[in-house]
Amino acid sequence: MSVQANQIARNPTRLLGRRSLLLPGLAVSIALLGVMLILGMMVGAADIEPAVVFDALFHYDETVFNHLIIQTVRLPQVLAGMIVGAALAVAGAIMQGLTRNPLADSGLLGINAGAAFAVVLTVYLVGAASLTVYSIAALIGAAAGAVFVYVIGMLGGGATPLRLTLAGVILTAFMSALTTAILIQDQETLEQIRFWTAGSLVGRDFSIIAQTAPLIVIGLIGALLISRQITTISLGDDVAKGLGQNTVAIKIAAALMVVLLAGGAVALAGPIGFVGLVIPHIARFVVGVDYRWVIPYSAVFGAILVILADIGARIIMRPQVLPVGIMMALVGAPFFIYLARWKVRR
Amino acid sequence: MIETHNLSLNYDGSTDVVHELTLTVIAGQITALVGPNGCGKSTLLRGLSRLLKPARGVVCLDGRDIHAMGAKDLARRLGILPQGPTAPEGLTVHELVAQGRYPHQSWFQQWSAHDEQIVAQALIQTNLSLLADRPVDTLSGGQRQRAWIAMALAQQTDVLLLDEPTTYLDLAHQIDVLDLLTELNDQGRTIIMVLHDLNQAARYADMIVALRGGQIVAQGAPQNVITCDIIRQVFGLDAQVIVDPVAGTPMCVPIGRRAARVRQAAVN
Amino acid sequence: MDFRALTHAAGLAQDRPRVPLVALAVVAFTLIVLVLSVNYGAYNMTVWDVIRTLTGTLPADHPDAHNFNLVVHTFRMPRILVAFLIGAALATAGTIMQGITRNPLAEPGILGVTAGAGLAAVTLIVTLKDVPLSVLPWAAFAGGAITALAVYALSWKRGSTAPVRLILIGVAFASVLGSLTTFILVFGEINDVQQAYVWLTGSVYGRSWDHVRTLAAWLVVLLPLALFGARSLNALNLGEEVARGMGLKVETQRAVLLLISVALTAGAVAVSGTIGFVGLIAPHITRRFVGPAHEGLLVVSALFGGALLVFADLIGRWIIAPSELPIGIVTALIGAPYFLYLLVRTRAQGR
Repeated sequence: MSVQANQIARNPTRLLGRRSLLLPGLAVSIALLGVMLILGMMVGAADIEPAVVFDALFHYDETVFNHLIIQTVRLPQVLAGMIVGAALAVAGAIMQGLTRNPLADSGLLGINAGAAFAVVLTVYLVGAASLTVYSIAALIGAAAGAVFVYVIGMLGGGATPLRLTLAGVILTAFMSALTTAILIQDQETLEQIRFWTAGSLVGRDFSIIAQTAPLIVIGLIGALLISRQITTISLGDDVAKGLGQNTVAIKIAAALMVVLLAGGAVALAGPIGFVGLVIPHIARFVVGVDYRWVIPYSAVFGAILVILADIGARIIMRPQVLPVGIMMALVGAPFFIYLARWKVRR
Repeated sequence: MIETHNLSLNYDGSTDVVHELTLTVIAGQITALVGPNGCGKSTLLRGLSRLLKPARGVVCLDGRDIHAMGAKDLARRLGILPQGPTAPEGLTVHELVAQGRYPHQSWFQQWSAHDEQIVAQALIQTNLSLLADRPVDTLSGGQRQRAWIAMALAQQTDVLLLDEPTTYLDLAHQIDVLDLLTELNDQGRTIIMVLHDLNQAARYADMIVALRGGQIVAQGAPQNVITCDIIRQVFGLDAQVIVDPVAGTPMCVPIGRRAARVRQAAVN
Repeated sequence: MDFRALTHAAGLAQDRPRVPLVALAVVAFTLIVLVLSVNYGAYNMTVWDVIRTLTGTLPADHPDAHNFNLVVHTFRMPRILVAFLIGAALATAGTIMQGITRNPLAEPGILGVTAGAGLAAVTLIVTLKDVPLSVLPWAAFAGGAITALAVYALSWKRGSTAPVRLILIGVAFASVLGSLTTFILVFGEINDVQQAYVWLTGSVYGRSWDHVRTLAAWLVVLLPLALFGARSLNALNLGEEVARGMGLKVETQRAVLLLISVALTAGAVAVSGTIGFVGLIAPHITRRFVGPAHEGLLVVSALFGGALLVFADLIGRWIIAPSELPIGIVTALIGAPYFLYLLVRTRAQGR
């Protein structure tokens, strides 16, 4: 009986206060993502009619120039944007739940810094390389960074959130110092990779997507599987242990998902900030703190934000295309400031 | 029944906080752990759950070593409420209490109507049904403590451990929480709690365990433990013990320097 | 008796004998490094000559007197002193930020000061050909100060600025300005971009006595003001409500302290570019040695920050000589491993 009473009472602190609204809300968000995907294929150096976009997708004719553009350029680009956005947002949500720190994101595990350093080092040592090589180097660097931070955090008795965060910040500073040291000594390397360091979706084709998407898909599924555990651990270690949770195993599983997601994302698009920090806040503002909902909502919202930013990056200086990482902050920051200014309590 | 045999506990291999302690807690009773600050009572409570691994010795629940049991298995029999837990901002009471169902769920056994029913019961029992959709961090101190107890209730354990469940509460809410725990005990739960207030311990506990320096100084029924001698031994405090006019349990009245001075002056 | 135990527990004890000792050790270390640093370089001098030149006790008829004075006073001293002053400024600014926000990760740039200064400087370097070196500091200072002001103004709500809001809005601003900076770096001319990178990592190369004088004047005003704020910081450290209970005008004090911190950071960044890290770790490391009371903490962390940068400057000139590694890179390269070592060595506290 009181179950129904609970559902009638509306929670004033979140947008979707009624639990019965959560599923429809997610459906609406996914529909919005669909619209963004189509919009993302319409907009570019030259705009393409929606009808042509549909034809290119479902009645592909390789003799039509616009069909070719859609299939080989814009479709992979919006798909990459969707994957990257979902991955970064979910990685950020996991990090924030795990560390109970609202400022945490996957960058804190040293992932972006490790990836950037690995890419810069690769270019410095072997010269110019393809996006595929960048992608592999980035993945290795990301994983190495995360493992290092985790090991340092664990040494000396337990990876508390504060220790992890400190280790991550310090490793990031160290890695970016090394990266910069290379870049200011070697102009060629700087010339080669400066576009990559800004984060971009340009030129990502299906082969690179096929290389990184499996990691991200596994990461997303894993994140959904441990979402309930993350809600529990966000009550604190002692409470979670008292409820019978193997907190060490959950932390390791969660860290693994973050590495797969954020490592995959940086391999695909280069370092893109902001999504992982901001989207989980927005998701929690909409659905509350139950991670079974925060994670799927974060994935969809993250995908929408990145595609939106990418559309902006393509039209704001047409025909010049900006790196999406730059647009990201311009699109997301005002909204985030609005949230922080008007919605953070106290 | 919970027993410890020669249990030693410490943090990170430093000196023992609890040293070679052997204790038997009788099922179905309320047991209060009392003692001065730093005597190891909270540490002992952490050792009785699995929050702290024994350096030496064992903790047994119904004859089985708790560290040989599965984590969820133990969490279905024994719940613990640490001191001053904090909920993430925005978590509602209902969501918090629902977390108590964690050890009863698995990959295959997700949320069910049965779980929902138990959560609803826990909310009714703690008188929180009307606040179910309020975020925990917007509640008053007493309501918040009741919400955490409700979570432990939803865990449906036979044994409930609580670390100072009445801290930061005003007197009325302290009594409210202790009465609630008594009700739970009447329903057959074993309750072990760390309490600061000796008189509340004397009133609400069936057995009091007095600790000092990580070892048991005295244990037994309140009238056997709350005595002038033992209070002096445990707290280094001179006190008189009178009979609680309401409950008939022993009541500790500390003497203190001021009262002693006043009395001395009167004698002169 | 009880009162003393209380203040002690609260980290307010003023009679820590360790503070003067640690301060003395840091000063001694700084002096040694300073002499070594002045001694190091392409022009060879003995340590004794360095000391005599520095203290002005070099005989006037010494055959190399002119060269010694030129090398020491014109070339080497200014940049070393600049490094020291900047280290002191950033460490103090970081200590204040960590105290106000009660967040151990807060650093001087958290209100967007460094991002604002960075954008202003990089824009000038990349868009204007041959920026006069004298313009850059003013632009950087203005960029940093305006950003901090905007963050503060946007955090203001119903007569107060909660630290959480300050941090979140600061992060958002830093992110936007950082993106704009990246934008300029991506499309700028490669030589300018490289120069901008050097500025962004911070460097004291070629700084003159003018810089020393400006910085020194700035610090002489601001550091004592920061010390006056120590008591407020101690109170704020116990939480906003406790502080208010102690009769502190929390909002006013916070505004004043933020202003001091921002002014210190903007001044330092204007002269050297954004030297990271020192403002984050100097307070941390110092706190381990002298405890959380801000009277000692502010003084010792300022000295320690200065010492760290003087040392980093020496390493930077030595490690890839005759080329030179910017000081900001060196601080990270030596500071990070030491900090990680500390992190590993200190066991996680009980619970």
